[in-house]
Amino acid sequence: MASGSVADQEGQVMLLGFWFSPFVKRVEWALKFKGIEYDYVEEDLTNKSTLLLTSNPIHKKVPVLIHNGNPIAESLVIIEYIDETWQQNPILPQDPYERAMARFWANFIEQKVREPAREALFSKGEQQEKKVKELKEGMEVVEGEAKAKLNDKTLFFGGGNGVGYVDIVLGWTCNWMETIEEVGGFKVLDPESQPQFHKWMANFREVPFIKPTLEPKEKLVEFFRMVRQDRLGLVANK
Amino acid sequence: MAEQKVKLLGFWVSPFAYRVIWALKLKGIDYEYIEEDIFNKSPLLLQLNPIHKKVPVLIHGDRVISESYVIVQYIDETWPHCPLLPQDPYERAMARFWADFAETKLLNTAWLGLCARGAEREKAAKLAMEAVEKIEEVVKGKKLFGGESIGYLDICLGWISYWLPVWEEVGSMQIIDPIKFPATSSWMNTLLHHPVIGDNLPGRDAMIEYFQKRSKDIYESDWFKDIIRLHLHP
Repeated sequence: MASGSVADQEGQVMLLGFWFSPFVKRVEWALKFKGIEYDYVEEDLTNKSTLLLTSNPIHKKVPVLIHNGNPIAESLVIIEYIDETWQQNPILPQDPYERAMARFWANFIEQKVREPAREALFSKGEQQEKKVKELKEGMEVVEGEAKAKLNDKTLFFGGGNGVGYVDIVLGWTCNWMETIEEVGGFKVLDPESQPQFHKWMANFREVPFIKPTLEPKEKLVEFFRMVRQDRLGLVANK
Repeated sequence: MAEQKVKLLGFWVSPFAYRVIWALKLKGIDYEYIEEDIFNKSPLLLQLNPIHKKVPVLIHGDRVISESYVIVQYIDETWPHCPLLPQDPYERAMARFWADFAETKLLNTAWLGLCARGAEREKAAKLAMEAVEKIEEVVKGKKLFGGESIGYLDICLGWISYWLPVWEEVGSMQIIDPIKFPATSSWMNTLLHHPVIGDNLPGRDAMIEYFQKRSKDIYESDWFKDIIRLHLHP
């Protein structure tokens, strides 16, 4: 088991995370995709460990990857680090232009889908309506890109049958989007107007190394309902 | 591919466009600059960047790339001489981490400070200063973030050396106190004296006038109240 000192982790790969965090899940997917052995440390949101606080003093957040005693934070930074350090099963494309496109889409997903989704979850009334509208617009663009890139032969944004960077960055939508909808009390997912995205979600959920990692929706709903109530100072409904 | 024609769509006062200009000039890459009026967007811009409708946009042959840090990394990978990102994966991760930190914790808060007023301006400036405290620790003991030569992080943070003092003046706020932040101040100075940076900057008087107007227009807009609420009163 890990000791408290960052310097003790020579040669070892350790991931500090929360079971409910979509950012942590991304990093786990990247590690599993490359077949990298790692020690997972479940952090306590209300009682962050010394290891976490010393490894990520700036943001004090998970995920944090610790490799050869060196801590790295921010999920997208970690994924690029993993891709550059372990050469097998590349996550990002090789060609600089394809890489630029992958980074562009990752940034879009963060800014125009993930952020509004989070803000919609933790707001109500008119403020929430604005964020849901933003989120729907973001999803329209994602559906457009899915229509342009995916078909019966190309199941994933990574090309062909293999997942890539964009799939890993977008993957949280497979579980967390329904959770956010239920807890936040709004609807964004629509199989009729987002057919290609829904196909992608169904395929992503079945990827052998992804499937066992997906948390049951009920568990996520229960947890995020608590967090939302706490954030908004709401009284519990049941 | 590297020999194909390069064009850059920019806006004369955009710090994001300048990141790309500096990267191109550091690598000695010839390019055609196209000035875009972001308040009256051209069909070309809307066609090339329909998603965000923003500058900078790099055109390389028939390739179109947007988002300044995506463009800079593309430039670095397509023209590998005079590398901007470090070679070591951990050092690269640190450069990317701090570029993201400066963007979310300093650039955004300093911009809020410029456009807000009263107590909200003070709060934004205070948050910006807290971010500079962290950056001070990273640059301490270094001539440049890239070591002896300009690197990715110097380019991403370069706006601090020239745009931030203008915002401080327009916003009557002090974020970089040279006594509190000697390493950062020294770095700013080094950058401004580097020919590629120092010779490639917009005119200061024009910037002051521009940002005075921008600050007023944004402060008076309806949507800015939402931004303030989201970022300063979460």
